[in-house]
Amino acid sequence: MITYLLRRLIFAALTMFLSAALVFSALLIIPGDPAEIILGLGASPQALAALRTQLGLEQPPLTRFGWWLAGMVRGDFGQSLNYHRPVGELILARLGVSLPLALAGMLLACLIALPIGIMAARRHGTWVDPAIIALAQLGAAIPSFWLALLLILLFSVTLGWLPAGGFVPWERSPLGYLHSLALPVLALALGQVALLTRMTRAALLEVLAQDYIRTARAKGLPGRQVVSKHALRNAMITIITSLGLSLGQVLVGAIVIEQVFSLPGLGRLALIAIGTRDFPLLQGLVLVYAGTIVLINFLVDASYSLLDPRIRYA
Amino acid sequence: MPKPNLLLGGLLVGLVVAAALLSWVWLPHDPNAMNFARQLEPPSHEHWLGTDNFGRDLFSRLLVGARMTMLVGFIAVGLAISVGCLLGVLAGYLGGLLDEVMMRLADVLFAFPAILMALLLAAIFAPGTATAMAAIGIATVPVFARLMRSSVLVVKEQDYLEAGRALGAHHGRLIARHILPNALSPIVVQASLSLAVAVLAEAALSFLGLGTPPRTPSWGNMLREAQGFMALSPYPALVPGLAIAITVLGWNLLGDGLRDRLDPRSG
Repeated sequence: MITYLLRRLIFAALTMFLSAALVFSALLIIPGDPAEIILGLGASPQALAALRTQLGLEQPPLTRFGWWLAGMVRGDFGQSLNYHRPVGELILARLGVSLPLALAGMLLACLIALPIGIMAARRHGTWVDPAIIALAQLGAAIPSFWLALLLILLFSVTLGWLPAGGFVPWERSPLGYLHSLALPVLALALGQVALLTRMTRAALLEVLAQDYIRTARAKGLPGRQVVSKHALRNAMITIITSLGLSLGQVLVGAIVIEQVFSLPGLGRLALIAIGTRDFPLLQGLVLVYAGTIVLINFLVDASYSLLDPRIRYA
Repeated sequence: MPKPNLLLGGLLVGLVVAAALLSWVWLPHDPNAMNFARQLEPPSHEHWLGTDNFGRDLFSRLLVGARMTMLVGFIAVGLAISVGCLLGVLAGYLGGLLDEVMMRLADVLFAFPAILMALLLAAIFAPGTATAMAAIGIATVPVFARLMRSSVLVVKEQDYLEAGRALGAHHGRLIARHILPNALSPIVVQASLSLAVAVLAEAALSFLGLGTPPRTPSWGNMLREAQGFMALSPYPALVPGLAIAITVLGWNLLGDGLRDRLDPRSG
C-alpha cells in the first residue's frame, strides 16, 4: 500500500511540475514583447524597462522558470500587475467565495444524486429505473449556467425570494451570505446531479449482479442490508472516481456560475486578469485550478488504497 | 428491436445540422438588423421566436448560432480525434518509454479542462472563436489518446496481428489494416459524446466572453446578452438555452445509441 501511495504521489508531483511548466511557457509564446502588450503602444521606454525588470524578462527563460517555480513552492506567486499586490494574497481572499460555493455545490449534488442513483439500481426492471435514466439524460443536456438563468427567472424575477446576483460577506450578514449563495449552489449542484446519478446507478448495478450478492440474498439478508453492507461498499470505488471527476467539473463550472451571479470569486478574478492582461495573476490562478484538479485525482487514487483490500494489503 | 436512443438522437442532431445549413441559404431577417421600435417582443407572426433587447429577430440569430455551434464542435472534436488517435496509436503500438511519456502528458492535459485551457489561451492570443475551438480541441485530445491506446493494446495481443507480423507485414500495414478498423467503433461513439461536451463548452466560453465575439450570434453570447433583460422578456434567455439543451441531448443520445448498436457486449 505504501508503494502504491508513493507511486501515485510521485505521479501527482510530476503532473504538477509539468502543469507549471505548461502555464509558464504560455507566457513565453505570447507573440511580441509581453511588457509592450501589458502597457500598450504608448508606453515610455523607461516604464517598459522597469516592467521588464519586474517580470525578470532580461533573464534566460529557464532561469526565470526556476525562480518562478521556487517562488510557487514557497507560496510566492509573484505580484499582480493590475492590483499591485501579491497574487497569493488576492487568490486567498477570493478563495473564501469560491471554496464554499464548490464544496456546498458538491455536497448538495451528492445528497440528491446518491439516493436517486441507489433507488434506480434497486428498482432495476421496474418503470422507476428507465424513468430516472430518462430524467438524467435530460438533466445532463442542460448547461448549468442556463439552469442558473432559469433559477433567477423563477426565484428572483418571478417570486422575488432570492437575489439575482451579488455577494454579501458572512461577517456583514450571515443570512445575506446564505441568501446570496443559495441559487449559485443550487445551480452548480443540479448541474452535477445527472452525471452522479448515472454513475451511482451503473456502479451499483454492476455489483448487484455479482455472485456474492446472490449469496447474501440467499442466506436471507433483507434487501436493504444487502445493498448497504455488501453492494454499496464495493460500488464505492467506482462512485468515488466519479465524485472526483464531478468535483473537478464543479470547480471549473463555478467559474461560469460566479460570472452569472457576479460573485467575487476566483473565476471572476481570472476573467478580470484576462481583461487587464495581468499575466502573473492569471498564471497563478490557472495553476491553482489545475493543481486542485491534480490534488483531487491523487486523493481519489489514495482513497482506493483505503477502500480496496487488494491494494491495502498489496 | 427498435433503437429509440439512436433514432431520437439522430433526429435531434439532424434538426440542428439542418438549421445550420439553412442559415446559409435562408434567414427570415437579418440577424444583426436592430429595430428599436420592436425591442423584447414576444413571439409573433413576423418574429417567430420574438426579438431581443436590440429588436433583432431571435429565430434568425438562433439559426446562425446553430452554424457556430456545429462549426466549433466539429473542428474542435476533429482536431482532438486526429491528434489524439495519432498519439494513442504511437503510444500503444510502440510502447516503452514513449508510451510512458505520452501518458504522463495526457495526465497533464486532463488537469486543464476546456474552460481552464481557454483562460490560458485567451491570455496568450485574443479571446475568440478560434481560441475557443483550440481550447476545446486540446482539452479533448487526451480522451481520444487514451481510448486509442487501450484499443491498440487489446488488438496487439490478438493472434491475427501475430499472424500478420509473421507473414512479414510492416508496421504501417498492420496499423492500417488490423488495428485502426478494430478501434473505430469506440472512437465513433466517443466522438458523439465529445461533441455534446464541446457544445456545452463553446456555449459556456461564449457566455463568459471568451468565445464567439458579440458581432456573430452564438447561443452562448445570446444568453450573455439576455441575462440583463430577463425581467422584461424571458424569450431571449429561454430560446438559446433550449437550443443548447436539444443539441447536447441529441449528441448524447446518438452516442449512447451508437454504443448499443456497435458494441454487442454492452447491450
